[in-house]
Amino acid sequence: MSQRLARVVRPLVTLAGLLLLWQAAHWLNGERDYLLPGPLTTAQTAWAKAPLLLDHALITGAEILLGLLLGCLLGVVSALALAQVRTLERWLLPLLVISQAIPVFAIAPLLVLWLGYGLASKVAMATLIIYFPVTAAFLDGLRQTDPLWLDQARVMQARPWRVLLLVRLPAALPALASGLRVATAVAPIGAVVGEWVGASGGLGYLMLHANARMQIDLMFAALFTLALFAVALYWAVDRGLARLLPWVPDSRTRAAPSA
Amino acid sequence: MLDRVPPADPPHPESPGDPATIEVAGLILKAGGAPLSRPLRLSLPVGQWTAVLGPSGVGKSTLLKALAGLGPDGDLTDGRTGGLAGRVAYMAQSDGLLPWLSVADNGALGARLRGQPVDRVRLATLLQAVGLKAQAGLRPDALSGGMRQRAALVRTLMEDRPVVLMDEPFSALDPVTRLDLQDLAARTLAGRTVLMVTHDPMEALRLAHRILILHGRPARLDTPIIPPGVPPRSPTAGDLPARHAALLERLHHLAAEGGR
Repeated sequence: MSQRLARVVRPLVTLAGLLLLWQAAHWLNGERDYLLPGPLTTAQTAWAKAPLLLDHALITGAEILLGLLLGCLLGVVSALALAQVRTLERWLLPLLVISQAIPVFAIAPLLVLWLGYGLASKVAMATLIIYFPVTAAFLDGLRQTDPLWLDQARVMQARPWRVLLLVRLPAALPALASGLRVATAVAPIGAVVGEWVGASGGLGYLMLHANARMQIDLMFAALFTLALFAVALYWAVDRGLARLLPWVPDSRTRAAPSA
Repeated sequence: MLDRVPPADPPHPESPGDPATIEVAGLILKAGGAPLSRPLRLSLPVGQWTAVLGPSGVGKSTLLKALAGLGPDGDLTDGRTGGLAGRVAYMAQSDGLLPWLSVADNGALGARLRGQPVDRVRLATLLQAVGLKAQAGLRPDALSGGMRQRAALVRTLMEDRPVVLMDEPFSALDPVTRLDLQDLAARTLAGRTVLMVTHDPMEALRLAHRILILHGRPARLDTPIIPPGVPPRSPTAGDLPARHAALLERLHHLAAEGGR
């Protein structure tokens, strides 16, 4: 019970600490709202402009979620294909690494040019940024199956695709979960960068817009909304994964079983 | 009693003739392409336990894997392995249970991997026989080390193969649990041809009809030791303590020889 309580209290204490630091920085800056608005001003603005923020948050949220879905789907399929076909891996893996070496920021204008100012270019950006961590993590997991499990399957005269389905794939799920966590954390970057380059809506667009008009409090409110969404999304994915993979040792959620 | 689980094929009657032994000849163990042993000749009496003792690193596990058909062809072994492929079940030191499957599903793994229907009745009987009926729905991480090894035994028995290869199956257990598991294995594997690698001379003396010692570099097999009586023998019965001492002395001597 006390452990449950601590789990709730700890993030609240962290949040309070951050707010205090923010307020302190605001004071030290001479309370100049046009440079760094205090937490209170930001909260007031957020409250006053809540419908506007929500409108744009929904756009960004949709971009992030669609990008996550698409990026994860592509990543999972790619990793499976690469793990199954050795030749494919030799040809495509270097390409994958090169694609990751090109910063998304650099191709963002191109994507906007090709896919337009709407949702598609941002979803593409988020997908691009998510695709690599998911593919790399899942491929790693598929490669690192416990050799004993594979030996056993061989002695059992297992069919290869059944080994993939019943042994290698479930064994790689914890690695995929790590990839998904990273993907969830970086997905907002893709969407917001896309909005900065060219958009007609979304929190990134709103921030750029507010910044240009010296509405720094609105910019902070948008930033805060984005952070809130990102943290909530990460938390949901993290808890969901822990629930879906109950056999994975997780020191946070489980005491060691007694022998 | 549900203790004894009969194999699908009745064991051959014991006789010195060819069908009563599984013969392996000219088996050369290899590690990284380099020969690890002389050509080994090995005869396993059908329906009996054969134990392999020897200093660590001599190639006991390699021998077992070679017989199980594991290891890349031409790298691990040369020679004939008596056509064992498809007739063996394999049980390693680590239980090898899949952590995301329940005890029962781990038992059914072989059939599912081959795309065959799972014999649920046999599975239930085996779980009952090893005392895991109540734990059938639990995942391995909820079990003790002894229970996990029992679950691995169920998986091995579900394979229903005439030959069972075991690589130090009980070495990670505490002494009392180990004695229990040894008795259980002797009971449930009765009638099958068992080859067990162990580093524990007492385990070999308790369970095996014949004991082989693999030693030297390149490794060779000595003439088998055949302890009197029928396994599983009590650790204190007859001259077992004296034999244990002699066997330990012998292994110690061989280990010192190998280290020179």
